[in-house]
Amino acid sequence: MQSNPARSPAEYALISLAFILSALFLLVPLAVIFAFALREGVGQYIANILEPATLHAIGLTVLTAIIVVPINIVVGVCLAWLVTRFQFRGRELLITMIEIPAAVSPIVAGVVYLFLYGGQGLLGPALQAMNIQLMFTVTAIILVSLFVTAPFVARELIPLMQQQGTEDEEAALSLGANGWQMFWFVTLPNIRWAILYGAVLTNARVMGEFGAVSVVSGSIRGQTNTLPLQITQLFNDFNVTGAFAASSTLAFIAVLTIVLKAALERHGRQ
Amino acid sequence: MARKRSKHLLPGFGLTLGVSMLYLTIIIALPLAAMLLKVGGMGWEEFWRIVSSNRSLAAYRITFGSALVASVLNGLFGLLLAWVLTRYSFPGRRFLDALVDLPFALPTAVAGLILVTLFSNTGWYGQFLEGNGIKVNYTQAGIIIAMTFTSIPFVVRAVQPVLEEVQVELEEAAKTLGATDWQTFARVIFPTILPAFMAGCVLSFARSLGEFGAVVFIAGNLPGLTEIVSLLIFIRLEEYNYEGAAALAFVLLLAAFATLMLTNALQAWQNRYVLRSR
Repeated sequence: MQSNPARSPAEYALISLAFILSALFLLVPLAVIFAFALREGVGQYIANILEPATLHAIGLTVLTAIIVVPINIVVGVCLAWLVTRFQFRGRELLITMIEIPAAVSPIVAGVVYLFLYGGQGLLGPALQAMNIQLMFTVTAIILVSLFVTAPFVARELIPLMQQQGTEDEEAALSLGANGWQMFWFVTLPNIRWAILYGAVLTNARVMGEFGAVSVVSGSIRGQTNTLPLQITQLFNDFNVTGAFAASSTLAFIAVLTIVLKAALERHGRQ
Repeated sequence: MARKRSKHLLPGFGLTLGVSMLYLTIIIALPLAAMLLKVGGMGWEEFWRIVSSNRSLAAYRITFGSALVASVLNGLFGLLLAWVLTRYSFPGRRFLDALVDLPFALPTAVAGLILVTLFSNTGWYGQFLEGNGIKVNYTQAGIIIAMTFTSIPFVVRAVQPVLEEVQVELEEAAKTLGATDWQTFARVIFPTILPAFMAGCVLSFARSLGEFGAVVFIAGNLPGLTEIVSLLIFIRLEEYNYEGAAALAFVLLLAAFATLMLTNALQAWQNRYVLRSR
């Protein structure tokens, strides 16, 4: 940050250019959603949201997030504890493994699940013999959502816990705390904001996941359609206003996500 | 118990290892193994026939080519944003900083819906562009725009923390020695942020390779012209051609693995750079 108040022409030019490009490619796209969602009036907007298939998609999306986010918090904390507090063989491999889902195309995420649980898949025939159908059900949606967001919480915790070190925790143990007391009263207060941050990012990805879910859900309207799939079907039915109305709920979550993220980052720096 | 303590000072090794391994096995390793088995079972000739077919080659060309252009565009835009956000203070800076994350927070299907609407011939941007003879929707330009939009934050977020750490002394020394602003940037600052900048570009490239939701809305999806690899996999699945889907998914998995290794190497390079300059 420059201390001199006088700005050079180059500085003005760069700041202006950054604002113009950001307005064109970030702000206008956000504005389009609400402009189109509301273009037939507030009444029609509410009617579009309350349309049964859209309402069902909202419910399914929220249900998926409610199940996936807590699981990933627990696993993320375990993973971070494991790789930052202990040295063991295969530690590096573990860190790479957990990053694969986020590096790969979401379509590939869907495909690998199809080859595990689908009719032609590895476990498919065995599941069929037991009369268990996993593909094209809500369970499949939850499983691929767990896959694509696997590293999100651990990724935020690992650098933080590495940096904090183990002194506080060792002190707690030497003062007679048991493992749970140490975790609850020493570790957790130190990492709670990073956990929340990871949870916010996980939630945004789960609610918005499209590629992986479109492979495994079967897109059955009113049954296995999450919001992003419902938006696509509305668009393909030429119901653009309806598609934007459904999108506005996810856009609202997106705005909430970036506001929370900015607030948590500032909190983390202090 | 006492013997365990002597090996690991802190408790919880068994519990966290158990939970982590269970999750890794069920959620990540087992599905990946199932796909690898599928690919392994089809035989080399069959695999090669699928991945080197004309339609596949065209899809690689379109996907990798568009991703390359998108990551170059994001390199330029990201560098500009990172520079402005770390170097200058101005009204709206925090707002701009938060806005950069929008493409990560916004679902890709919503991004696709927005872009196809903006660039349609009656859209806010499309009507101007089509008046000048530029067509975006249902062309490769649309694919590039969708890929660029969804990966905007990568370069900014990779470069920003490093740019904040660049020592002011180095810059002042360069200026005292008579370097112009541009020379200071090109010779002193840019080499310091180069590994982080490249890591950001690689991440942006990797994300663009895998982007599906935003692209299918705007691409038109014509085989050989605007068909990306992810979409070709999806089409093969709908045709119940599981071998075709598995082989192409394996190619994307390899590409993802390569980019992951590359970013790890670039991050190690950046860390060495930081240690050396201290």
